[in-house]
Amino acid sequence: MDLAWSWLRGFALFWYHFLIGDDWLLAAAVVAGLVLTALLRAGGVKAWWLQPLLVLAVVGVSLRRAHRA
Amino acid sequence: MSASIGFVLVTTFLASTVEAIEMVTIVVGIGATRGWRSTLAGAGSGFLLLGVVIAVAGAALRAIPIGPLRLTVGTLLLVFGLQWLRKGVLRVAAHGFQGVREVQEDDERWRGAGMDWTAWLLAFKGVVLEGLEVAFIVVTFGATANQLGWAVFGGVSAVVVTGAVGFGIHHSVTRIPRSVLQLVVGVMLTTFGTFWSLEGLGIDWPAGDAAILGLLAFYLLAALGYIAIERGRVLGLSPGL
Repeated sequence: MDLAWSWLRGFALFWYHFLIGDDWLLAAAVVAGLVLTALLRAGGVKAWWLQPLLVLAVVGVSLRRAHRA
Repeated sequence: MSASIGFVLVTTFLASTVEAIEMVTIVVGIGATRGWRSTLAGAGSGFLLLGVVIAVAGAALRAIPIGPLRLTVGTLLLVFGLQWLRKGVLRVAAHGFQGVREVQEDDERWRGAGMDWTAWLLAFKGVVLEGLEVAFIVVTFGATANQLGWAVFGGVSAVVVTGAVGFGIHHSVTRIPRSVLQLVVGVMLTTFGTFWSLEGLGIDWPAGDAAILGLLAFYLLAALGYIAIERGRVLGLSPGL
């Protein structure tokens, strides 16, 4: 039971580390960017430019947060 | 060889090299301190498990339609690529071109009969933990680009080359500039993650596949710009930024 729990915990930690890592803001911005892009596309806007610009901005914010921390 | 295969090979080779450096450093460190037989047995078991993970995950991913696959995998690669991009910028800005730390060697050589299970377990964990992320990148990248064979070839080549360097020239593997590799792979994963995730949403890129080169240039310039800003912060030239 302990071994199973240990593997389960390790598996969960792997995904947390993989997806969230050092700053949850990056993952949140990626998801927000995809949702906004899908909404704009549904409204007939060609929104291929949104995600790259959002990525550029969130990396800058995340680096600033790292510097402050 | 097509451009697509070239991109897959370069990305999986570089991504695998980043983790293979840690992996080989751990295995060489354990082997040098506790003996090689059990260490190599542990590392071999770790690679066997990674092989099973790649085979099972690869087969499972091939059954998923390309649209949802690109959206899911692109999003995961983008999230993970951004983390490496961020780490790469911070490390290159702080330390420049630098390898990983050298492993401390203590005289803890195993002198008993049979298998040294401590060495086996340490090597096994080192290979599995360092290799799992890269196995995931290799299998998702390969499946989404429909080049799984070349992706696995790129990943395995990186481990073989890094391993040969690590075992052939003692400790030289620690001088490979891992931070720079992490930055480059971060830029490439961010590029492909952006491209595939939006394609998965049904977005048409201007210029089609050639947009990959534009994204690559955009993110590379952004990374270089952020390194310059971070170096300014490190040197205290732009504390307010």
